[in-house]
Amino acid sequence: MTNESGMPLWEVFIRPRAGLHHKHVGSLHASDSTMAVQAARDVYTRREEGDSIWVVASADIHASDPARSAENFDPASDKVYRHPSFYDIPDEVGHM
Amino acid sequence: MYSQGLIGADSQPVEDQAFLDAFQRRIDAEEKIEPNDPMPMAYRNTLVRMIGQHAHSEIVGMLPEGNWITRAPSLRRKVALLAKVQDEGGHGLYLYSAAETLGVSREQMTEELLSGEAKYSSIFNYPTPTWADIGTIGWLVDGAAIMNQVPLCRCSYGPYARAMIRVCKEESFHQRQGYELVKSLCEGSADQKAMAQDSLNRWWWPSLMMFGPPDTDSQHSDQSMKWKIKRFTNDELRQKFVDATVPQAELIGLSMPDPDLKWNEEKNNGQGGYDFGEIDWDEFWRVVNGHGMMNKDRIAARKKAWEEGAWVRDAAKAYAAKQKQRTAAA
Amino acid sequence: MSEHLLNTVLQIADDHLILGHRVSEWCGHAPMLEEDLSMPNMALDLIGQARSLYTYVAQLEGKGRTEDDFAYLRGDREYRNCLLVERNNEDFAHTVLRQLYFAAFMKPFWEAMHTCSDETLVNISHKAVKEIAYHVRHCGEWVIRLGDGTAISAERMHDAVLALHPYTAELFEIDNNRQQCINSGLFPDSQALQPAWTSTINQIFTQAKLAVPRDEYPQTGGRKGLHTEDFGILLSQLQYMQRAYPGASW
Repeated sequence: MTNESGMPLWEVFIRPRAGLHHKHVGSLHASDSTMAVQAARDVYTRREEGDSIWVVASADIHASDPARSAENFDPASDKVYRHPSFYDIPDEVGHM
Repeated sequence: MYSQGLIGADSQPVEDQAFLDAFQRRIDAEEKIEPNDPMPMAYRNTLVRMIGQHAHSEIVGMLPEGNWITRAPSLRRKVALLAKVQDEGGHGLYLYSAAETLGVSREQMTEELLSGEAKYSSIFNYPTPTWADIGTIGWLVDGAAIMNQVPLCRCSYGPYARAMIRVCKEESFHQRQGYELVKSLCEGSADQKAMAQDSLNRWWWPSLMMFGPPDTDSQHSDQSMKWKIKRFTNDELRQKFVDATVPQAELIGLSMPDPDLKWNEEKNNGQGGYDFGEIDWDEFWRVVNGHGMMNKDRIAARKKAWEEGAWVRDAAKAYAAKQKQRTAAA
Repeated sequence: MSEHLLNTVLQIADDHLILGHRVSEWCGHAPMLEEDLSMPNMALDLIGQARSLYTYVAQLEGKGRTEDDFAYLRGDREYRNCLLVERNNEDFAHTVLRQLYFAAFMKPFWEAMHTCSDETLVNISHKAVKEIAYHVRHCGEWVIRLGDGTAISAERMHDAVLALHPYTAELFEIDNNRQQCINSGLFPDSQALQPAWTSTINQIFTQAKLAVPRDEYPQTGGRKGLHTEDFGILLSQLQYMQRAYPGASW
């Protein structure tokens, strides 16, 4: 779904403040990455939403196939031994 | 749009009964539908139409209020109005982005708006001859829009719901600034108060029309409710709006231009609500079909911006292409 | 002294209001939606700075006038903005270039103001310099893209340079009021800012493949209150409500 005649689409990620992850907030159109960062600043940080911006050309995002969600993600659901509550230890040990 | 590099969006599933039932079960379980999930074509089309109309409404909605930016009577009002009209542009942008996740481009949607193929909220085809209209639009039009929009934050389509959460958060100052503006006129000179009443007289009925045709005539409502794209019917929301707004008008000494408006204890399951007069649906359809005072001017203004902006967009694209070549050559 | 200071602060207050007015005209009419947000951001910065400056002017005058009295209720001869900022938007090329010319001056101006002796202006300068730095960047990037974009955009950019360059000299003009302020350390010396301005413009013009014209016939007059014809029309919109409803509050 490339937008031949239009401007490329960019996905915008904003970090609310240092110490947090950049989070996807939406998208916008811009001719290149410099303009995309500036547009992201003007569009998505008007209310002090963040202190850092990432933009990624939407065309460069690769995603998992929703049709394969079951084989991708369901196998993790019965691996209870990955979680601390799986293991019994005497109460006297206290927090571990 | 997330569809590049993704698989789901470009292929359409076979819509047998089993598929439709499974889809409905996801909706009933309040699961969100995401861009590349399989979805019925009609669900996709409904969303493209709805989100597109919503985006166009925000963009066209910049014009009637933008009309007063250079004439705002104080610097405080000027910055508030400018920030508000800018927000409308932002909301249009978030919504176009949400629609783009369904595989339709902003350019395509823009062309549909300019050709008259796509609709937008008819309210913006009314003119803003006075400064009071800026307040009334914020108070009534944004007030009505919020009634419509808050439930959309829970819409079953993820990107639309997320865009609406952002929109609603930002909208919250719009209605307040409008009401404050009208209130200050009501506290001012006789001229100012008359300006406020005149404006209310012109906008009251069109804002009731904003909720769309009565439930008995609405063509899209049932299926949209079932798919949890919409959560309330047009008439339910309209009643909520009337009940909320009438006391606000009374508080600042304005009267609604409706002789049939009266309190009815029985309404809303005994909680009480207002009965109101007959809406002029002929006027509604006339404006929807392109014959309001400002329909042609609105589209002409959007067309002008789009066409006169083409050389700017072309230049930016050409520069990006040159830069790419230069980097490759270096 | 306060008379000189008042008159000089008024010059820059007017610059910001009038340019903010012009930039705000784009809201809803920009070449792309992203710019429908960028333009108002710049206008809001400028009008915000104007408000701080008018408030200070009112305080210096001490006659109980407000920011709005200064912004709205003077005759055209009493506005002291430079002519550059009142020029019509014309097209996007003119608009971004006008903004770049102005911002490239104001950025070193506010930086130099940091070390001046007026506390209010120093405070304003710390906020304003960040805003104006972004204007240089944003408009600079556009000038580069339009200058080195297509043949059409290059021609429009070139036309904008020819049209607006004669108005840049006035940015550096020093009248008696300003000279007094400079002498007493309240204001930066505008002429000392010329190298910084020239270097910013040259750097961007080089990338934009634009030539800097020689200003043989600079246009000035705004600081003395003598404005172009466009200005009266601008004022008739700006002042309409205040003139139609004298004394009303909004």
